Formats: sequence, structure tokens, C-alpha cells
Amino acid sequence: MVVAGVLTGLVYGLMALGLSVIFGVVRVVNFAHGEMMTIAMYAATILFAALNVDPFLAVLPIAAAFFVFGYALQKGFINPFITRPEHSQFMLLVAVAIIMVNGLLMVFGPDARNVQTDYQLESFEVGKVLVDKARLYAAGLAVLTAAGLFSFFRFTLTGKAIRACADNYLGAKVVGLNVKHLYAFTFGLGSICVAVAGCAMVVLVDVTPGLGPYYTLLAFVIVIVGGLGSMGGALLGGVLIGVSEALAGLYIVPSAKSMFSFGLLILVLLFRPQGLLGRKA
Amino acid sequence: MKRRQFTQAAAALAAASAFSPFGIVRAQSQKLKVGVILPRSGHLSFIGQSCQKGADLAPGVIKEMLGVDIELMNADFESNVDTARTRAERLIQEGAHVLVGPFESGAAAAIAQVAEQRGIPFVINIAAAPQITEQGYKYVFRNFQTAIDIVRNGLVLMGDLFQATNTVPRTAVFMHVNDTFGQAMARGIGALFPKQSHLPFKIVDTISYDPTARDLTVEVSKAKASNADFVMLVSRLNDAVLLRREMVKQRWNPMGIVSPGSPGMYEEQYFKALGKLSEHSISNVPWYNPNAKLTKVVEKAFLKQNPKDKLDFHGLNVGFTFEALLVAADAFKRARSTDPKTLRDAIAQTNITEKMSLGGPIKFNAKGQVEGIGSACVQNLKGLPTVVLPKEAAAAKPVFPAPYYKKS
Repeated sequence: MVVAGVLTGLVYGLMALGLSVIFGVVRVVNFAHGEMMTIAMYAATILFAALNVDPFLAVLPIAAAFFVFGYALQKGFINPFITRPEHSQFMLLVAVAIIMVNGLLMVFGPDARNVQTDYQLESFEVGKVLVDKARLYAAGLAVLTAAGLFSFFRFTLTGKAIRACADNYLGAKVVGLNVKHLYAFTFGLGSICVAVAGCAMVVLVDVTPGLGPYYTLLAFVIVIVGGLGSMGGALLGGVLIGVSEALAGLYIVPSAKSMFSFGLLILVLLFRPQGLLGRKA
Repeated sequence: MKRRQFTQAAAALAAASAFSPFGIVRAQSQKLKVGVILPRSGHLSFIGQSCQKGADLAPGVIKEMLGVDIELMNADFESNVDTARTRAERLIQEGAHVLVGPFESGAAAAIAQVAEQRGIPFVINIAAAPQITEQGYKYVFRNFQTAIDIVRNGLVLMGDLFQATNTVPRTAVFMHVNDTFGQAMARGIGALFPKQSHLPFKIVDTISYDPTARDLTVEVSKAKASNADFVMLVSRLNDAVLLRREMVKQRWNPMGIVSPGSPGMYEEQYFKALGKLSEHSISNVPWYNPNAKLTKVVEKAFLKQNPKDKLDFHGLNVGFTFEALLVAADAFKRARSTDPKTLRDAIAQTNITEKMSLGGPIKFNAKGQVEGIGSACVQNLKGLPTVVLPKEAAAAKPVFPAPYYKKS
């Protein structure tokens, strides 16, 4: 159970990582995060149904498309709102989220869609522990993507420039960085996280348009538990939520497992408001 | 038109109204508008669409049977109780004379409130929560077993199953959805199971879960940990598919899955989604009589409208939905009126013996409930839901434990 919780939590963590990266740099809370992930899941089901492309292979085109989409969204819609009051930004992204959900409903209807691959019903046996193959692959993909993102921010010039923007907006402008381009680039990177998480998640659960708001909420819970703006915190938060749900379901009542995610959230807000790995404001 | 012509026309109309048998004129000239509320989308969509097939064929068959014209006013409640309430209100506003549906107990309870408030008859096709017909409603009628009846019949059939297969399972894990229907079934099991001395097993764990759950890993792990001999399952459709898949992933092979009475495992989508994994699942449910005269008539119409489908997968949903419309049409024919009160009184006097479902005639008691509806033990065999018990209706012998069973 713990293993399953950790593996699912890593995929949750990758999704939340996108949210954390976007907020950490652009300082905009992406209220359409879960909805974007749902779109990625639908894209994976379409590629699977039309071309029989495995969701783990579909990651590449979908991530590329999401980068372009994220970049354009930030550049075209969100950048003009950067200097406006926060409630304007919130409403903009809430509106985007609602449009996405309703768009999905119009195009795909409310019924669940899924992909069916051979390995979804298989599992590895490690001693007495059974590890679900699909879940392991999904978690592996999440870890690889997160490692790639960490490396990008640590070792590349663009990554360092983005971190500079996050640390000191004015300073970054003074030294001549193209902040708006870097913001859009960051939103694109966050969108890649969402796309990869969506492709990984679609082998674990069926997708419906209604999933979007649920995942947005889940991403918020994770980043608040882990620490808003902290990349490591997002992954840790994801794993903690995954494990807490699994253990609560096992030892208390499965139908009340989500309640424990929110219980954990309240505890963190009470005793460590900045999140487990977050920095104090 | 001149004034004299107008006066003559008005006088003729008045005379026609005064001297004609008023009801007959209305009944012959009017159609019965039936508001059919079903979950054609959302997590119950596959079952809702299956029920809709029963509604769609009803006008033609009923016209031939009774000579009554029915106009369907279809509404999708999207598997959402609040939407069911608003759809019911809208249908009444748009002129529905009677409401039929909705497959789901929570929605049925909501529609029942609206129907009672507005004084419009409501005939439930499928919904089992007992409280729906325990509220003293005057306009609510149900031609389906209550959860208590389903459980009672289901447990009797379970005993028959073990006897017929010479098996003695000692333990069961009871898994159920936690919606209105699932809770009602759980209460039924809680009340009736301790009194069933003929059953050889005890329930070692009870696990409830959300019918819209996206992942049942935790639930199945917990059930597996109980080391029970078999799973007693009260499910919907999507969760039944998830659960069976998860059992395979977790390499858990108990003696089988036996439902004491719930949808899911006999539905076409269960077979389509799971392929061979759908085999040997057992559902003890209110079922249709394949040999009934009415079944043959309905099957002919069903195959005409759905040439690629088989009634085997839709028999329960189509049968009870068709019968609900038949109740309304039969009452309309006798009442000769669409007046809600007259129609309601006529429904209360229903006595239909020529029916599709197993059991006695469709006859409502003072609470608006039909008693004596029969159940069958239906097992998935060779890709079809097949009646295996009671023996007189069986098309094959039951297989239990399932061939995949591995003693742990």
C-alpha cells in the first residue's frame, strides 16, 4: 500500500511541481492547472485511439504542444495581468479553467474515456510486495521529468536566468534579462510538467472533464503542504498525500481517504504555514 | 368569419362537449406525454442509455398492444441528483403528464418530492432505496424490488448457489458503493444477514467506497488482506470494472464475486471493458423472464431498433423501463384522461399480468410498491449474462468457485 501510495504520489507531485514552478517564478497562481492536465489526458486517449500510441510515447508530442500552449497563454493572456491586482489574475485563470472544462464537455461529452494497454493489468513481484507496472512506469516518468527540470534550473543559463527573475524581478530587468519571455518560458515548462503528469495519470485512471477542478484542488493541497514555490516540496507533498490517502484508506475508511489529505493540509497550515520545505516570506 | 358563423361554430363545439363522452374524446385525441428521466451521461451513463432503449421502443409496442399514443419527453439527469430534480420540474412545466425513471435511488427520491409537490404521477423503473415508497407519497409508484427485497432474494439465491455447486465458503468481504442505493443495500445486509442461518459464511470485513472512485487500489488491498473466500459486491458499473481490474493487478483470486443484488456485472460495458476477465461474475438480481410472451414482443422491437445489440445485456434495464411506461399507458387507457389525479387513481388500480419481469402481476400496494417481483442468479458465462438459478429458469449450470480461484 505504501509503495502504491508513493508511486501515485510522485505523479501527483509532478503535476503540483508545474504549479509550484509557475508560482515560484511568475507569481501567478494557475487556477487552470488541473484542467490543463485533463486536456493532456484527453490528448493521450485520442492518440491512443487514433494511432495506437502508448501514452508513455505520446508524452513527447503532447509535452511539446503544451510548452507552446503554455508559452502562448502566458505571453498573450497572463503577462498583461502581471502588474494588475491579484484578484484580476485569479479571475482570468478561473475563467480559463471554466472555458476548458466546458470545452471538453462540448467536445468529448461527460463520459469517461481511457486507454487500455497490456501492462495495465500486470504487476512485478518484489518479495512479498506486488508493484503495479503501470504505476511504476508512471512514477518513473515523473521522477525523470522532475530530475530534468531540476537539472535545467541548476545547470543551464536559461534556467539560471529564470531563477534570477524569481529571486529579484527588478534586478533581473536591470541586468537586461527579457523577463516577459522568461516568464512565458517558465509557464511553458510548468505546462510540460502538467502534460507529462497527464500522460502518466491516464494509464492509472479514466478521464472525464470533471476531473480538472479535482486535480487543481489536489495540486493546491500538495504545494501548500510541500511549500509554495519549492520544487522539492511539491514532490514531497505529492508523496505525502499519496501515502496518507493509502494508509488512511487501509486503516480507517477507504471512502474517507480524501479527508486525510485535507487533515494533513490543516496541520501544516497550523504548525508550518510556509509548507514543509517552503521558505518564510 | 362572420358573427353568425362564429356563434354557430361555438354552439356546435359546446354541443359536442356536452353530449360526447368527454373522457373518451380526450383520450382518443390526446397523447400521453411521458417525461423519461435517465442518467444518459455521467458515471451511470451506460446503464442510463441501456434503460433509454427500453423507453425508445415503448411507444410502438404499446400502440400495438393498447392502442394508446405515447409521446416521450426525454431528459438526461447526468448522474446528478440535483440535475434530476430540475429536469423533473422542467418536464412538468413543459407538459409531461407522468414521469418515468430514473434508475438511481438518490435521483428517484428527488424526483419523487417534485412529483408529489406538483401532483404528477411518477412511475419508477429502477431504484431500490426502501424509503422512496415509505414517505406516504400519493403520486409515486415503483415496479421494482426494494433494497430489502433484493437482499432477501439475493441471499436466498446465494444459499442455493452454494448448494447447487457443493461449495462451502466460510468467509466473505462485503464491498459496497456508498451512494443512496449502496447504503440502503448495506442496511439490508446488516438487518437480514444475521438471520440467514442457512448461509455457511460470515462477513469478515465491510468496505464502502465512492461509486465515482477513480482508483480502488486501497479498497482492493484491504479486501485482499481480509483473506476472504469470496467478494460480496454491491456496485455500479464503472467501479465494478475498476475493482475487477484491480483484483487482477493485485493477483487476488478468491472463489468469485457474487452480488446480492446490484447493477454492474451483467452490463454490456462490463463485458466489453474486461473481456475474459468478466467471466464467472455472479449477480443475484431482479431479472426478466426470457420465455414470457411480452419478452418476445419487446425483444423483436428491441432488435429492430438496435440490430447490433443483444437483449441479454439490456433485459433488466429495458424490461423494467418498458414496464414503467406500460403502467402509465395502461392507466391512461383506463382513465381516458391525462388529468393527474385521475391518472394517479388509475395507476393505483393497475393489475398487469402479462409482463416481462419475473414474479407476480404488477399491482401496487397502498404505498405504491409492487410486491412479489422475482430475482434470478445471473452468471457471466461465455460472454453473456446467463440465468443459472432458479433451476426452472436456468439456461446453464452455475460455476463456483470460478476457475481462476487460487486457495491462499
